[in-house]
Amino acid sequence: MKYLDEFSDPELAKRLVDQIHATTTKSWAMMEVCGGQTHTIVRHGIDQLLPDGVEMIHGPGCPVCVTPLEVIDKALEIAAQPDVIFCSFGDMLRVPGSERDLFRIKSQGGDVRVVYSPLDALRVAQQNPDKQVVFFGIGFETTAPPNAMTVYQAKKLGIPNFSLLVSHVRVPPAIEAIMQSPDCRVQGFLAAGHVCSVMGTAEYPELADKYGVPIVVTGFEPLDILAGILRTVTQLERGEHTVENAYQRAVRDEGNPVAKAMLADVFETTDRSWRGIGMIPQSGWRLSERYREYDAEHRFQVADITTQESTVCRSGEVLQGLIKPHECEAFGTLCTPRNPLGATMVSSEGACAAYYLYRRLQTPEVVTSGG
Amino acid sequence: MGKVDFGGVLKEVCLEYLPDLQVGEYTIVHVGFALQRLDEESALQSLELYRKLGALEEEFGDQWGLAARQAGERRPPGTEWQAVTE
Repeated sequence: MKYLDEFSDPELAKRLVDQIHATTTKSWAMMEVCGGQTHTIVRHGIDQLLPDGVEMIHGPGCPVCVTPLEVIDKALEIAAQPDVIFCSFGDMLRVPGSERDLFRIKSQGGDVRVVYSPLDALRVAQQNPDKQVVFFGIGFETTAPPNAMTVYQAKKLGIPNFSLLVSHVRVPPAIEAIMQSPDCRVQGFLAAGHVCSVMGTAEYPELADKYGVPIVVTGFEPLDILAGILRTVTQLERGEHTVENAYQRAVRDEGNPVAKAMLADVFETTDRSWRGIGMIPQSGWRLSERYREYDAEHRFQVADITTQESTVCRSGEVLQGLIKPHECEAFGTLCTPRNPLGATMVSSEGACAAYYLYRRLQTPEVVTSGG
Repeated sequence: MGKVDFGGVLKEVCLEYLPDLQVGEYTIVHVGFALQRLDEESALQSLELYRKLGALEEEFGDQWGLAARQAGERRPPGTEWQAVTE
């Protein structure tokens, strides 16, 4: 496909790798924020091509993984109700709640449907006026505009039986929380390219200044990742900390103004707790007052939720970059994609799933230094 | 709505967020929405830059980098090579 193959070219990758080696004189630890980037890195073994001492710390940018357990349990409770059609992206089906998951609800007779787009869920609502249709609206700044547009359309078209269970999260407050953690080892960030496609880069210079870290907007193909790493290492070696755009074909400084205007209308920022990490101030979006009637939490009074997190799972430490997946005792034994203890083992963007898929046969060799 | 070709698979995609997208342009699509156009020119520029990386190294000869790679070690401090950036 256009601009996928080209940005995986092995010959050009080798040039970038050589350049990274030629630039590096010291040890550096940088975080790729987005789970999609983690998968590219682990799948292609990019971290294993880097100079000794240049470490990739995997970030919390896996939307499924950070969706709070309480919201998952609410989703499960709503989905189990008889007059509800619960629509979700497929990657939520096996995310463990306290006792069960959406897959189990479906096999017990609940009407759970996988949709490709939130607009599909709106269509389901139009076709089933006697049912309550709920869409599970989770994700970062890339998934928020589609969900915002869907709620906007529901209101405009007057579709009263549609609602959104919202748990959106934002990247910049997460970067701030990571830098404020006492255990933080991160010296630079590869920012999530597609988040910046929507939001632009305006939120980042303040963070780069405040914490003295380079922030390089980075894409998702192997060459994109390598270019992001090269620019980050170059800044670190020079003692610089600016915001750079290494994904210019998809990111403009201003982002997508139309999408940003829609976000500002439909959502408002709110404190949000991240699964495995904890509460991060102003890190979430919820529906604004104008659209509150389309809020599933408002429509379904789901009370008495008592959450029960696995006592063995260390996905919180994985999400904060404190340990690598295979350093968890349960990895590949108690916890596998078939029987996941944490969401990081389920999601196509989860770090544990990436290590299980691409590394489980060689993990003894990839134990990386602690920095 | 518009039709987007995903390497041979045609899909209906919402274009509300990119109202001026033209037929023939490339776009990033997420969950059925076109979110940003892919700029062909800057894609080609990036690839060209990566191609030049090695060429420049050959041209100007980073001898410390070469020696360090041959030795299988990190380059000594004080021999920093200025990376080429856009």
